[in-house]
Amino acid sequence: MTGALSLLPFALLGAILGLDVVSFPQAMLSRPIVAATLGGALAGHAERGLLTGVVLELFALETLPFGASRYPEWGSASVVGGTLFAAYGGAGRGAFAFAVLAALLTASASGLSMVAHRRLIGRWAAHMRDELAGGSALAVNALQLRGLASDFVRGGAVTAAALAVFGPLERAALDAVPVGAPSSRAVLAALAVASAGAAVWRVIATTRGAPWLLVGGLLAGTGLVLAR
Amino acid sequence: MSPATPRLPLRTRVAMFLRLLAVQGSWNYETMIGNGIAFAVEPALRLLPGGPRGDAYRAALARQAAYFNAHPYLAAVAVGAVARAELDGEPAARIERFRTACCGPLGSVGDRLIWAGWLPTCSLIAMGAYGLGASAPAVVLLFLGVYNAGHLALRIWGLRAGYRDGLQVARTLAAPLLRQGPAWVARLAALCAGIALPLVARGIVGPTPGRLSVVLGAALVGAAALALLHGRVEGRRLAVIGLAVFLFFEAVR
Repeated sequence: MTGALSLLPFALLGAILGLDVVSFPQAMLSRPIVAATLGGALAGHAERGLLTGVVLELFALETLPFGASRYPEWGSASVVGGTLFAAYGGAGRGAFAFAVLAALLTASASGLSMVAHRRLIGRWAAHMRDELAGGSALAVNALQLRGLASDFVRGGAVTAAALAVFGPLERAALDAVPVGAPSSRAVLAALAVASAGAAVWRVIATTRGAPWLLVGGLLAGTGLVLAR
Repeated sequence: MSPATPRLPLRTRVAMFLRLLAVQGSWNYETMIGNGIAFAVEPALRLLPGGPRGDAYRAALARQAAYFNAHPYLAAVAVGAVARAELDGEPAARIERFRTACCGPLGSVGDRLIWAGWLPTCSLIAMGAYGLGASAPAVVLLFLGVYNAGHLALRIWGLRAGYRDGLQVARTLAAPLLRQGPAWVARLAALCAGIALPLVARGIVGPTPGRLSVVLGAALVGAAALALLHGRVEGRRLAVIGLAVFLFFEAVR
């Protein structure tokens, strides 16, 4: 997981999914539930990737990509989380909690890289101001392609760097910290569901009838849990 | 459509649609998606008198590359409308006023309809499927299939409606989908959240009844506390601290 060549496929996946977050095509391939599953599948364990993706998706509901707001970048980060749990989940001692923690930290760092990337494009646009103001198709296309290419590189670099840092760290930590897997899952589930519940409430609270539908849904969902 | 307005050839419409998928490719804090709008509308501008070497083409492209901001999916409405306006030969000042006026509505409606409505709804449907035991490929395909059915349909509709109505885009923005859609999608999201959250908690924790009850109770209290704090504390940041404390506690225990 730490050799440059072994990181390459994961970096490529992170680059593609990092690009999807904003630049192209925004088909939500970058949502954690997809990205972490693909990362897990690439590391040989799609179901572990999905479990990581579901937890990250619950956290991601809180940070929706409104306009120019700053938000975590989940595409590359979810590849990191899904890959780490798929690779080290066999250890069964808290690998899940470590993988989610690594993904949450990567999402924040990657969000900062998006801000830096946007500033970089702004500088490029400023340098091309005369050509753009003159209606040059060459300049319009060049700026667009530069933005897309650099975002691709950004996502790949973030993924590779995060895996290079967190891979060895997770292995070392798992040897040192014998965390019980069931308690790790319970803590994560409580934190993630609480975060998602609050996020949903903020969105629906002012819509007439929606809070009652939430309550009705909760009763139905709890019923389904009890029936299974 | 005025008699002089050309019907867009299929090749042009396809090119505009594909370019719209990259409308945020050069997103920046100065012009936002302005350059992306120019990039997306450019195939239509080639139909202007004089073609891509003409003065009309250059003037139109320069206008469209200026500052613009909107929801990326509903930017399709603006791209269709400005393409029509440029081909109709509308005065430059009128097109620029239109671009300024439609930023706000296309941004706020898109944010409410998609980011705060359709996206969480699809996400919760997929997580509900996970909680019911669906496999990894099934969950992923369900999410991508449902979400992108709405996403692509909205972009196609926006481009067509924008080109049909031109600068009379208010008619398009008054469509029931955009006026009432956000409230209906929010209601659907509420119902899906209610059903999915207990199921997904069970999917993560496993079927142990005692442990699941504790998790659901803690999640309910946590959600209420976070909601009362009105976003001043983010669950994600709280989780980083909580996980670090948990792992430290487990290590020293």
